[in-house]
Amino acid sequence: MEVLVFHPFGAKSRGLLLAAALSIAAPALAQPPAAAAPQDPQAALQAQIEQLKQQLEALQQKVAALEAAGAQPPAAAVPATPPAGQPAGAPAAGVQVPAGAAGAGGPEGALPVYGNTSALSKIFNPDMAVIGNFIGAAGSNSVAPRPALQLDEAEMSFQAIVDPYARADFFLSASPEGLDVEEGFITFPTLPGGLLMKVGKLKAQFGKVNAMHSHVLPWVDEPLPMVNLLGGEEGLNDSGISVSKLILNPVMFLEATGEVYNGNNDLFKSYKRSDLAYVGRLRGYRDISESMNLDIGTSFAHGHNDAGPDDTTQVYGVDATLRYRPLQEALYKKAMLRTELFWSRREHPQGTVVDDTTGAVTPVGNVTAKAFGYYVSADYQLGRRWFAGGRYDWSERALEPDLHDRAGSLLLTYWPSEFSQIRGQFRHTSYAEGSTASEFLFQFLFSIGAHGAHPF
Amino acid sequence: MRSSSLVLAAALAAGLNSAAPASAALKVVATTEDLGSIAREVGGDRVTVDAIARGYQDPHFVEAKPSFILKLHAADLLIAVGRELEIGWLPPLITQSRNPKVQPGAAGYLDASLTMKILEIPTGQITRAMGDVHPQGNPHYWLEPGNGRRMAQAIQAKLSELSPGDASYFAGRYADFDRRLGEAEKRWDAMMAPYRGAKIVTYHRSWPNFVERFGLQVIGYVEPRPGIPPSPSHTLELIQEMKKQNVKVMLVEPYFDLKTPNAVARETGATVLVLAPSVGAEKEITDYFQLFDYDLTRLAAALKAAGGK
Repeated sequence: MEVLVFHPFGAKSRGLLLAAALSIAAPALAQPPAAAAPQDPQAALQAQIEQLKQQLEALQQKVAALEAAGAQPPAAAVPATPPAGQPAGAPAAGVQVPAGAAGAGGPEGALPVYGNTSALSKIFNPDMAVIGNFIGAAGSNSVAPRPALQLDEAEMSFQAIVDPYARADFFLSASPEGLDVEEGFITFPTLPGGLLMKVGKLKAQFGKVNAMHSHVLPWVDEPLPMVNLLGGEEGLNDSGISVSKLILNPVMFLEATGEVYNGNNDLFKSYKRSDLAYVGRLRGYRDISESMNLDIGTSFAHGHNDAGPDDTTQVYGVDATLRYRPLQEALYKKAMLRTELFWSRREHPQGTVVDDTTGAVTPVGNVTAKAFGYYVSADYQLGRRWFAGGRYDWSERALEPDLHDRAGSLLLTYWPSEFSQIRGQFRHTSYAEGSTASEFLFQFLFSIGAHGAHPF
Repeated sequence: MRSSSLVLAAALAAGLNSAAPASAALKVVATTEDLGSIAREVGGDRVTVDAIARGYQDPHFVEAKPSFILKLHAADLLIAVGRELEIGWLPPLITQSRNPKVQPGAAGYLDASLTMKILEIPTGQITRAMGDVHPQGNPHYWLEPGNGRRMAQAIQAKLSELSPGDASYFAGRYADFDRRLGEAEKRWDAMMAPYRGAKIVTYHRSWPNFVERFGLQVIGYVEPRPGIPPSPSHTLELIQEMKKQNVKVMLVEPYFDLKTPNAVARETGATVLVLAPSVGAEKEITDYFQLFDYDLTRLAAALKAAGGK
């Protein structure tokens, strides 16, 4: 009932107000020439203004009356049953406006799910946060050395609801390499057919780690197969369109994702407009008990690579995560086992032929380099603020599959609060060339601004 | 197949039995069991109710499990506690639910806090140096029967809006709930009357509406600041303050570690009382009435043992 009465009238009165405002503004603008004009038209104008003033006052009264009616909490209008049986001691519900409720001077209307309403001037600002990721390294590494001390990344996030149909998320990453849009996309959560669509620059839904931001990883670094087979630190991160759908079934949560990317990123290279990259993922999840769950997925990526316009790369992935977190002790106890496996199929020319007369070099033949890699990790929460972890990496290199690197890591993390953490990681790496590196990496992560969602 | 035809048969039977034009039951998902319990009180057999956070779980730290996405996907109505209680986990669930009905601002999204009596709304500048503060006020408002009644009103209004044909049914259910709550309140007030003004300590700021309603006085918290775990210096201060003011009862939520409260209790001779912050915190607490019965019975006994004030 309320909706029927309120909405159309709200729209109409807004329209009327606009018309009134325009009709007042128009003569006001026309004033100077009108003043120079003979007496009669001026009097007529004045009369008209008076008339408009009266109309506006009447409208203002109407609007005020409507607002007063609308400001009451909906519950107050509803009770079809007056609280007759209510005891004298009980508060008269629905009559008084309680402190903090709508109509009591606090923020009114629907409170945003996201956002800080403490200042009205900020009400439409997106949720903003900055996360600092400071990484230090000690020990020696001749193959992939890190700076001794570095603010590796300052990530700025801006998130808000766009309109009734979409929300948007921006993550800008300022690093020693420069300022980069790590992600920037619009999400349409209300499409028909149970589809969820994202458009923009995205971290591809390939496996688990690729889609995560560096500050939510349980390690300082990225596992070796991510570097060797999935293009390195940035991973599969490109401009594109992602569509995912729930496949409803009685057994488990099942989600299929299909993504199309421009095809220029750390893994793929696009030579012409049609050289797009494609990513597909199927994810299954099931609660084993209220404390334990299993999350499994399989992923696929295809695109052209930098060996030549006719060469493509395919990567296949399988991932599995087993989580344990007893609900009542969730603040203190948590364990997670995770593994991801990657298979890379990278085409490149077998050799080149040089034309004797022209000197032109043409690639000939096509061979596929097949490389494999994986990591296994375990994380365990020791107490409210302490977490321990370990990880083992083994990976061939996509370009030279005969070479493989391996590494083992031990980690300890301390959380002063939900908004900062300090982490140490001891890592021993054996590189294919024969050199080894024993390093101690340490990390300070700190977040200011809006409270983001906890990662799952 | 068989179960679906059974459901169909049951739905048909329900339709034939009732005079009101019964449509399929509204699927309600509540973020907590308290909201779920009140939705059941008002919705009766015209709704099916599912709750996300369990009563023995810290509602700030629920994990956004994909199984909850499925619940939201099928929901006609989502009822949230609001005031940023669920900020760490509900927004991603809503986005991924792919359900236009329960998006914020849609008809099937009810922020129950909008018509509640909210305490501890911060004024002036707030910073995280204050801990994990809720800028829109303390979200633990459900532990007060007056707000229970307001929750029921808000849910009644929303259910009637979504299913207008059942409006009189919901109104009748609300009236019955209101009457029973009024009777229970008399009982609860009588139970707590001897202990008005009694001083207590709580672990987290989960009880402001509760202590205000029953006339208790919180003189300190085990947490130095909301969401910040106990520190030795703060614990020592708390012990001194409790000794000075002769505080003999500490309320602890079931999801907090008892190590610090027990240590404080040893020093001060106070009783550590694990009370239920929500329906479902203990097996026997299956509805909103039993929540207060459980808490107040234990609290009154502890305060009596401690010698009144």
